[in-house]
Amino acid sequence: MSGTDTDVIDALVGIEPGSALDAVRNRRPQARDQAQASYRALFAPEIPGGFTATERFAVAAFVTGLHGDSNTAAFYAAGLAASGASAELSGAVETAIAAARGQGPYGSYPAGPLSREDTTGPTHRVAAETRRALGSRLAAAFDYMHLLVFHPRDAAPAELQALLDAGWSTTDIVTLSQIAAFLAFQIRVVAGLRVLAGAA
Amino acid sequence: MPDTVIEPPPHTVPVVFTRALLDWLPWLEPLAVEALSERHIAALVDAARVKSAYFRLLARDPDALRARTLTDKDIFYNSDAGLPRAERELAAAATSRFNGCIYCASVHARFSATYSKREADVQRLLDEGVNADLGERWNAIVAASVALSTTPITFASQHVERLRRVGLDDLAIADVIHAAAFFNWANRLMLSLGEPAATPAT
Repeated sequence: MSGTDTDVIDALVGIEPGSALDAVRNRRPQARDQAQASYRALFAPEIPGGFTATERFAVAAFVTGLHGDSNTAAFYAAGLAASGASAELSGAVETAIAAARGQGPYGSYPAGPLSREDTTGPTHRVAAETRRALGSRLAAAFDYMHLLVFHPRDAAPAELQALLDAGWSTTDIVTLSQIAAFLAFQIRVVAGLRVLAGAA
Repeated sequence: MPDTVIEPPPHTVPVVFTRALLDWLPWLEPLAVEALSERHIAALVDAARVKSAYFRLLARDPDALRARTLTDKDIFYNSDAGLPRAERELAAAATSRFNGCIYCASVHARFSATYSKREADVQRLLDEGVNADLGERWNAIVAASVALSTTPITFASQHVERLRRVGLDDLAIADVIHAAAFFNWANRLMLSLGEPAATPAT
């Protein structure tokens, strides 16, 4: 796994110093630095609290696996292994990804004129056997991550209560939401810049 | 006291996409103003954000909030060439329309309308959705934003080529990518941690 000083977006896109895309990224230097600072804040935090590195990378491996971008998913799966996760846990994450893949965004609006745009899709719950391997705390986080990846407009207070019931604190839930949301950004910057690089 | 979900006060739920000013009500307890440390206040970046329940909730993870906010500011406010501000905001509004974030769409539709002075086109995006015909340049930006927002991502070389045909250079295309990607971040925070509310008429 790359150290936290390696720019993750550059590494995953394959941006070389002095290349055209390197020059483009340098025109938005703060966006570049702070995207990396976001990665550090979420995956190598100064104050991790009760939210362990293994949990952070397990959640990230699940989220990136659901997006189906193999390079990015492999990066976070490697981060999970490097955090000291057991082979059993890494295997359970892979099993959870395979069972949860889908297409988004879907979901419902508050009842009214927008209801005609409601689209349905699965409300995912990690399967019982995988739940046992992940533990109930991580399994609850995965259920929440699936919601944020594929149908965030279906979010409701009951989903947050389920996380509290599984042992996540209010502050942990803010960090969980940041991880899902930041990865949705990072994955898209990587995918977008990769297409831009190839379309020269 | 154990952590709990908080029930928002009685409010009017917005049921359409709108450029009107909306409020946002948290489902989890924000930090109290008097509980903010120097580190939390630094994470807000703008001191005025101390009044915002959204930013005081995100301040529970101050380093993540600070980096998020500085990323946001450079993507949207850096005025060194690239995509005009109005069209960065268009990408943000289109992404929010597609993902279904009524609150985010309201803020960035207002910004896009203000900077472009194309209120009717922005309103059509809100009313009709991301397939509204806004003219080829805006259609290309909206289509690219949508393709970046699907999961799995469907953004491909034809989107880049279409953006080039309407006059965007690589820096401007990178701005579209970053604006749409950033709103996939922002939408998920706003949608997952609280809900929009109509503000009372004054």
